[in-house]
Amino acid sequence: MGTTPVVVNINEQRLVLALEQAAKQLDDGASDITVDFTSVRRMDASHVRRMEDLAHSEKGVKIVLRGVNVDVYKALKLLKLTNHFLFVS
Amino acid sequence: MISNETVKERVELPLGAETLSTSRIAYLEGLVHQARIAAAVFTQFTQEDVDRIVKPMVLAGLEHAQHLAQMAVEETRLGVMEDKVIKNMVASEFVYDYVKDKRTVGVIREIPERNLIEMVEPIGILFSLTPITNPTSTVLFKCIVAIKTRNAVIFSPHPKAWRCCAEAVRIMYEAAVKHGAPEGVFTCMESPTLPDNAYMMRHKSVGLIDATGGPGVVKAAYSSGKPALGVGPGNTPVYLEKSADLNAAIVDIIVSKTFDNGTICASEQTVVIDDEIYEPALKKFSDLGAHICDEKETQRLERTVIDPQTGFMQPMAVGQKAIDIARFAGLSVKAGTKLLIAPIQGVGREHPLSVEKLFPVLAVYRAKSVSEALKVCMDVNHAGGLGHTAVIFSRNDEVIRKFGDVINAGRIIVNSPGAIGALGAVYNDLVPTFSFGCGTGGGNSTTDNVNIYHYLNIKRVARRTQNHMWFRVPNQIYFNMNAVENLRQFPSQSTIIVTSPLLEQIGHVDIVRRHICSEARVHVQVIPDAEPEVQVIQQGVEALHFYKADQIIALGGGSVIDAAKIMKLKYECPEADLEELAAPFLDLRKRVVQYPTEKTNRARLIAISTTSGTGSEVTPFAVLMDKEHGRKVTLADYSLTPDVAIVDPQFVMSMPKGLTADTGIDCLTHALEAGVSNYASPYTDSSAMQAIRLVFKYLPIAYEHPGDEEARCMMHNAACIAAMAFSNASVGVNHALAHAFGARFGVAHGRANALMLPHVIAYNAAVPAKFMPSPYTQGYVANKKYATVADLLRLGGETVEQKVWNLIAATERLLDQLQFPRSIAELGIPRSDFEKAIPEMAAIAFADPSWRSNPRMPLMTELVELFWKAYEGRGAAKAAVAD
Repeated sequence: MGTTPVVVNINEQRLVLALEQAAKQLDDGASDITVDFTSVRRMDASHVRRMEDLAHSEKGVKIVLRGVNVDVYKALKLLKLTNHFLFVS
Repeated sequence: MISNETVKERVELPLGAETLSTSRIAYLEGLVHQARIAAAVFTQFTQEDVDRIVKPMVLAGLEHAQHLAQMAVEETRLGVMEDKVIKNMVASEFVYDYVKDKRTVGVIREIPERNLIEMVEPIGILFSLTPITNPTSTVLFKCIVAIKTRNAVIFSPHPKAWRCCAEAVRIMYEAAVKHGAPEGVFTCMESPTLPDNAYMMRHKSVGLIDATGGPGVVKAAYSSGKPALGVGPGNTPVYLEKSADLNAAIVDIIVSKTFDNGTICASEQTVVIDDEIYEPALKKFSDLGAHICDEKETQRLERTVIDPQTGFMQPMAVGQKAIDIARFAGLSVKAGTKLLIAPIQGVGREHPLSVEKLFPVLAVYRAKSVSEALKVCMDVNHAGGLGHTAVIFSRNDEVIRKFGDVINAGRIIVNSPGAIGALGAVYNDLVPTFSFGCGTGGGNSTTDNVNIYHYLNIKRVARRTQNHMWFRVPNQIYFNMNAVENLRQFPSQSTIIVTSPLLEQIGHVDIVRRHICSEARVHVQVIPDAEPEVQVIQQGVEALHFYKADQIIALGGGSVIDAAKIMKLKYECPEADLEELAAPFLDLRKRVVQYPTEKTNRARLIAISTTSGTGSEVTPFAVLMDKEHGRKVTLADYSLTPDVAIVDPQFVMSMPKGLTADTGIDCLTHALEAGVSNYASPYTDSSAMQAIRLVFKYLPIAYEHPGDEEARCMMHNAACIAAMAFSNASVGVNHALAHAFGARFGVAHGRANALMLPHVIAYNAAVPAKFMPSPYTQGYVANKKYATVADLLRLGGETVEQKVWNLIAATERLLDQLQFPRSIAELGIPRSDFEKAIPEMAAIAFADPSWRSNPRMPLMTELVELFWKAYEGRGAAKAAVAD
């Protein structure tokens, strides 16, 4: 099993791909994954679904979201997803 | 797959919902899941994003108005296609016209004069039930309003209108998503059933149920325990009053009642017509295509369109043409008949046609008087129409207002068609809607025409308000030796001098009399030198009336000046109820009882103080002794403030030492309490600080050398200046304690103040156990203000704490110089007596309004503790600071 920490940088245009990449890293056994949301201004429904997948991946790994803006955080909060992630600035 | 556990988590299964299959529950959960995501995504949208989506939706609604109307009529077999087109267009265009420039994201309103901002929070998911009668227009309306307010909607259309509603939802959804709305923002439940609705109504993720339909639907919505907008049936009474423009009224009624075959719940149901115009009105109806039923026809109609078991309309009649209804009932009517009119003799179950009829059948009632007409309209209103809609045709404003007064309806439509009038924005300036709030009368939470603001949580951001403050003192204050000479400038025909026996005896009255203008007749009203009683006031007022006084000169200490203030009040405003005026209040500007402003007499009040303590010559307070109830009544209002104050030290030169000390410390207490008061301002601070400085400098001299003119003069000024401070900043807990203790043990006010003062300074300087709410102050500053006093007095100290202690020590030295007892015990009050009195004294002190402006809120236990500290004596103050 791999134990390498992984950082996934994402931008809004390629958010779905990036989140899928993050999910793949989890499948590959990453022990610690950080997803950088600094350039993400807004999420759409497809992004939210990927976030739900990540949140419910049941890999026992805490996923760190970096630089999430307050509007995105509010959307995650309303979807009760914030407890599944660690947020860092 | 949705597990049973998940279902349990999300919804408490309502009655009937247990019949849902697992796959059906999974389907419903899927709808909710989509809507949740859409609602969450939507929260990130700006006003501009939203407005970009709304306009194309409206255009799509207009483009498909006819297609949807056609579908609705074909599917439901109700109503008139042409009218449904109009409804769809109103639901799109008119609603857009209303919402297009409204802010529904972020800040929606700023009210700078109230320091308020209104912001909004979307509701999230709406569960919306739509009716069979207005199916597609209701969907168009709700979609537009939901997008404008960033909400997702799950629709549950009436099963018999499902296809047309689903099509309307599809059209709106495609237009919305194409222009950026979140996926899943609208969904339409397939083949909705009652258990489906029950499940959704209880779902934790649903924020609001928006139910438009029959009574069952509305009741289910309100019974769900969820916030709901339940808009149900009406029963619109119409008053056709004799002053109405009959031609216009009849056309309006026909337009409305035949519109979409009467399916709008705001349409006219019973028209109450004044006797004088009854026949012409019926003729006009008939001329314009209505059939007037005779008695037998009316009975047939009743049997056909009203269910005899329930008393409600028969569903088969809803939305049908008049001519078809006539055929069902076996009535012979002319071709082209638009409306069936059935005269009724009353309202209620015995008069079946008096209920709601969503088809072109109109009941009419002949009223012999306005009174009877209003009563019958009320009867109709109460027979299923409470809170909904009512209509009046009249040119008599008085009757219109009376109708509005007695009828309980969210919409009272005047001189226009009820159904279209209630929709708003066509015949009037009501908010356009397809959902009528019916208030509590209809089991609703609002009487509004439902629109965007009902789909939003409005948040009010309330900034701290800087309350206006004041500094109010007499118009004129004359001070220093021989200031009394200024009396001469005040013209008077009749002057009354209110004074005490001693002051008359020692010649002070003569001094005053010499300086009153020569034209004035002067009468001296001698009153006891004690807190005035009602009888004393009455006698004084009688004298004022008898001598037609235009000037009152109060010469004396606090009691005499207080008496004169109350005499003036009762003289100028005989109706003033002293008991009522003494009612307690928290904020002067919001007090319940206002002092009278209309005056039947007018007299100038000039106050000449003969003690240097109370400062009553400039204060808005007066104390009255209510002997009957054994209590003091405090009056407080700036209208009590004397017009002129004369602060002439010649009247205090002969004050005995004890009185000099007592009144001097009263003055110091006023200044110190005003200084740390929560109502203190830079204006009162300047007065308070100056008074404190004068007291510390001149009181010992005035006490030791009573004949020292400068000391007397400065102490007299200090009392007046301190009084100006506390007149505007009030006093504090020291006074509350002193009032309670002084009254209980018969100790002079100044002396009682002195016994409490060092302990109260220490108490207020410490960190409060309980802070006093005060919009006037920023942070806790009492200790710092005491430190400022210490600096002013050059008492030294590095820290705030040291300075506070130095102030307490200086105060104690001053009290020693004035030979005050160091403790209550020194007064000879036995400990056991004091202990016994403490609970009552603490209660009285707590009820005393004096402490309301104290910087620290005194707890009962703290009042008790302060009493004990005062009993034990000085030195305890140092310990308190150390605490």
